[in-house]
Amino acid sequence: MKRLSRAHLLWIAVAVVAAAAVLPFWLSAYLLGVLTAAYYFGVFAMAWDLLFGFAGEVNFGPTFLIGVGAYAAGILNSVLHWPMVLCIVAGAVAAVIGGLLMALPALRLRGPYFGVITLVAVLLLQYAIVIFAGITGGEIGMTVPDVLSIDANVNYWYALAFLVVCAVILYTLSRSALGLILQATGQDAIEAQALGFNVTKHKIAAFCVSALFSGVAGAMLVFYMGTASVDTVISIAIDVQVIIAAVLGGRRTILGSILGAVFLILANELLRPIGQLNTFVVAAIALAVILFFPDGLLGHALRAGERE
Amino acid sequence: MLALQILIDGFAISSLYALAAVGFTLIFGVSGVLNVAHGGIMVVAALVGWFVAGQLGFGTYIGTVAGIFAGLLMAYATYFIVVRPIERSRAIPREETEIFILTGTLLWGIMIEQLMAYTFTDNPVTLRPLIGGVVNIFGVRTPRNEILIAAVSWAVIGLLWLLINRTQRGKALLAAAINPRGLTLLGFELSRIYLLVWTIYGLLAGIAGVLLASFLGVASSNTGPLTASAFAIVVLGGLGSVEGSLVAAYVVGYLETLTAYLVAPTLRPIPPLLLLILVLYFRPQGILGRR
Repeated sequence: MKRLSRAHLLWIAVAVVAAAAVLPFWLSAYLLGVLTAAYYFGVFAMAWDLLFGFAGEVNFGPTFLIGVGAYAAGILNSVLHWPMVLCIVAGAVAAVIGGLLMALPALRLRGPYFGVITLVAVLLLQYAIVIFAGITGGEIGMTVPDVLSIDANVNYWYALAFLVVCAVILYTLSRSALGLILQATGQDAIEAQALGFNVTKHKIAAFCVSALFSGVAGAMLVFYMGTASVDTVISIAIDVQVIIAAVLGGRRTILGSILGAVFLILANELLRPIGQLNTFVVAAIALAVILFFPDGLLGHALRAGERE
Repeated sequence: MLALQILIDGFAISSLYALAAVGFTLIFGVSGVLNVAHGGIMVVAALVGWFVAGQLGFGTYIGTVAGIFAGLLMAYATYFIVVRPIERSRAIPREETEIFILTGTLLWGIMIEQLMAYTFTDNPVTLRPLIGGVVNIFGVRTPRNEILIAAVSWAVIGLLWLLINRTQRGKALLAAAINPRGLTLLGFELSRIYLLVWTIYGLLAGIAGVLLASFLGVASSNTGPLTASAFAIVVLGGLGSVEGSLVAAYVVGYLETLTAYLVAPTLRPIPPLLLLILVLYFRPQGILGRR
């Protein structure tokens, strides 16, 4: 991977997607299930990368947006019996509202202060779900009556298609004027403002887009698994994993997040035999990447390509 | 009677919070590092203390010393394995160092938590009280250990105050917080000062961890919540402001105790979090912080 430039990236991406699409003919249902989860995770991480990598917002609460989308969809389906597609749309709307709520303090606070708020948002959401156990299922979680599909292959293709659509949209956005302005804002908000960009508008847009994708992915994950629980979409453990995935893959690359997510989920599965220590090893690997390749896997490869 | 009970219990837990948060805020003030592995260091001190005291049978006092020492070692490990390499890395842009330290110590904290869960299981452990017995304060039965914890916390904070304000090395710490470059020009080695800060921090976190183990008990899964509460206290008081942290520790401690006694013990952590959001929204620099 020495001479990897952005032009090559497109062809590599097409080849990888094509290869991924035919995987169900070779792999066991179990491995497909693992990859399906990894793909949704990839969307979580990409949405996070847009906020953190580009807009420079220290968002420690990706699972706040994911959780709001997932639980809104889940509750509407299990309590009000709305059809699944409507639930996913409603989940997306709820997540965007959550994103706007998060953007509000982000306009006033910077760096670690905002980071604390987002972490607190996750904790509060978690407590709220436990307190309103009547409709949310509390700590045990809830079951939704509808599922995307009962066929592992179909579920896998749904996830893959969703991932590709999200990746194309988010990558295009990140290479567009919006992405550049966000990057400028993240590095020096005052200068960006002096250049005549409406920083507030772009920041809010970034939060809305990130929330939209997080929410839809969260809602789809719920309908893929048939359940929603704190441990699968909200807990700090999941929260940190989303961040690890994006940082591992490489900040500011969007596509790297997918790499990070697949690597992370596969590593978690492969290391299952060593039991309790598996999270330890995964965290250690991520720490090593941060220390030795701070640009992440894809970021490192891209940078090496540009230098030649 | 209930009011007095809340007053006493709240005081003990708040003092402990203050002790735990002071080190955290000191490190940020002097070297600009937000150590998210903070809870992990306290947990290591508590569990090692419990292990040496109870499981190895060396008794509470040796266990306490061992726990504090373990906290110190963990603080050094955090500094040398995670923080210093990130600060010195040339591949990481200056303006992103802060974010990398946050992410790095976050991962480090998870590693500590998992390793502790693996070694000592996830069950909460309690260190035996340093002194036994109960005293009666106006009709409220208070364990002597609780009074001792409050006293030790304040004694340590007092010593820290003396060190910072009355010794030359302490004043160098203060100077490093205000203008590190100026201090270097005066011939002080910055890395030595950072080492001193991490030493103080390790001792403080170690003592706080061991005391917490003898007061409420500690489990490896407390790592996250302990970090979160220290973080909340420090931000509430104003990042880098030691006095602010002390005030905030009492606000949070009493708010939690009030909730636990008057509303429901399970809701204990919620009011401080809501308060934190409110304060940050209207006064982003915290109660006593500077911009």
